Amino acid sequence: MNETVQAIPADSHLKRDMPLVPPDSIAGRALVVVIAILTFLACLTAGGAVLVAEASQSWRGDVSRDVTIQIKPRAGENVDALVAAAAEVASRAPGVADAIAYSKAQSEGILAPWLGQGVDLGDLPIPRLIIVHMQSGHRDDLEPLRAALASAAPAANLDDHRVWLSRLDVMAGAIVAFAAALFALMIVAMGTAVGFATRGAMAGAREIVEVLHLVGAADSYIAGQFQGHFFRLGLRGAGIGGAAAALFFIVASLASAIARHTAAGAEIAALFGAFRLGLAGYAAIVLVAAAIAVLTSLLSRRIVFRQLALLL
Amino acid sequence: MLRFDNVGLRYGVGPEVLRDLSFAIAPQSFQFLTGPSGAGKTTMLKLMLLSLKPTRGAIHIFGEDAASLDKHQITALRRRIGVVFQDFRLLDHLTTYENVALPLRVMGRQETGYRAEVVELLRWVGLGDRMNTLPPVLSGGEKQRAAIARALIVRPELLLADEPTGNVDPSLARRLLRLFVELHKSGTAVVIATHDLSLMDQFGYARRLVVGDGQLRVFEGDPS
Repeated sequence: MNETVQAIPADSHLKRDMPLVPPDSIAGRALVVVIAILTFLACLTAGGAVLVAEASQSWRGDVSRDVTIQIKPRAGENVDALVAAAAEVASRAPGVADAIAYSKAQSEGILAPWLGQGVDLGDLPIPRLIIVHMQSGHRDDLEPLRAALASAAPAANLDDHRVWLSRLDVMAGAIVAFAAALFALMIVAMGTAVGFATRGAMAGAREIVEVLHLVGAADSYIAGQFQGHFFRLGLRGAGIGGAAAALFFIVASLASAIARHTAAGAEIAALFGAFRLGLAGYAAIVLVAAAIAVLTSLLSRRIVFRQLALLL
Repeated sequence: MLRFDNVGLRYGVGPEVLRDLSFAIAPQSFQFLTGPSGAGKTTMLKLMLLSLKPTRGAIHIFGEDAASLDKHQITALRRRIGVVFQDFRLLDHLTTYENVALPLRVMGRQETGYRAEVVELLRWVGLGDRMNTLPPVLSGGEKQRAAIARALIVRPELLLADEPTGNVDPSLARRLLRLFVELHKSGTAVVIATHDLSLMDQFGYARRLVVGDGQLRVFEGDPS
């Protein structure tokens, strides 16, 4: 060993950066595909849940600022006078921003989508509506308005949409819960796939693991090598899946904007808004993808430790 | 350094394949482990490397009772042992340089810190021009030398070599064996498993551990 030392090869001439777990294998590529697909579906689920939650908030915000005064026509009463009186009382009640009384024609117009155009509703006792916009922060403070109406227009009925809003909450909550359950199932499916892949990789790399063990590698070092390997695979798969999901939402948003003027587009827009995910939604996609990559690596580390425990 | 006391080994409920093994490997000693094929030489090396647990008896290594060691302690002890496998066990996706540097890499040493000594050792074993070559491209003799270099790179206190000259011609076998003699002279205890009698005869001073019928007989070497 004491021979004359020749020049040490320059850095660029010495190949020395190869990971101890071979980076490319058929099983590895298959795992990337599985993770990409599951990440895509998980991001769609999460994004869909965010869209529904945001749309629900939007409906809630629009509706919850309004309350409706309904006046049913009764024989012998001048309903126009009652409406005018109720609107006058309502507009002066504390916390009310403004009160807009619908004319008879406007009230009948609301029924048109259900009864069709050209139906003569003149003889029917169509209730008259007054839409009351509350000032910000006064939504739950309806007692003064209720009291004022009770004395000035006893026939008026105040509807604060509480029942409808609670149904909306239940529906939105159910959709979000369903999405969360789907998301959890996908994570379990991915965990199972990663588990199989890790065991497969370890079986394929049994020789490597044994050699590493026998040349003095600690379990934590070997597990770290596999963890790094699976983190890279997970990052690649999750990156592809997350990018595809983001692209999907961008395309869906553009398509929704284009189709907005059609009847079907308007219905979808009413349900999901403009399909615009927003910064928080895209941040959620990045977060989901990163979490999946980290989860993949942690899971593989745990499995490798378990397998190594069986070796001496 | 290494002591076996009444060690026995059986697989499952089968008969004992090794029994009543009692011997010691002294520091800076040189010995051959020999016997017919299938007698249990490789199994004995595995017991010495603590990759097999005896079913009875006690193994003491570097002053520690092997039965009382946890995995961390076994790992630490293995770093003091160099091993040359019969089938080389080079990692095919790593270059010769990376394979030889592997024991230092798994210790967590920085590559810049060991590059010079790995390159020097590779040149010493005649693989200076094969550093970036992958094992599947190496000849049998080159693989053998790479495997030996990997065992020597940590300057082990104990070297275990399983048929290290089994796949090379007699001339190269003598040269490889001289590597072990050099290592022994520098203070390492060497155990070489072989069934090549002519090779052992060239080193008459070496002790012979002869395994056969599951038992071991020890023949001291002739100092002359």
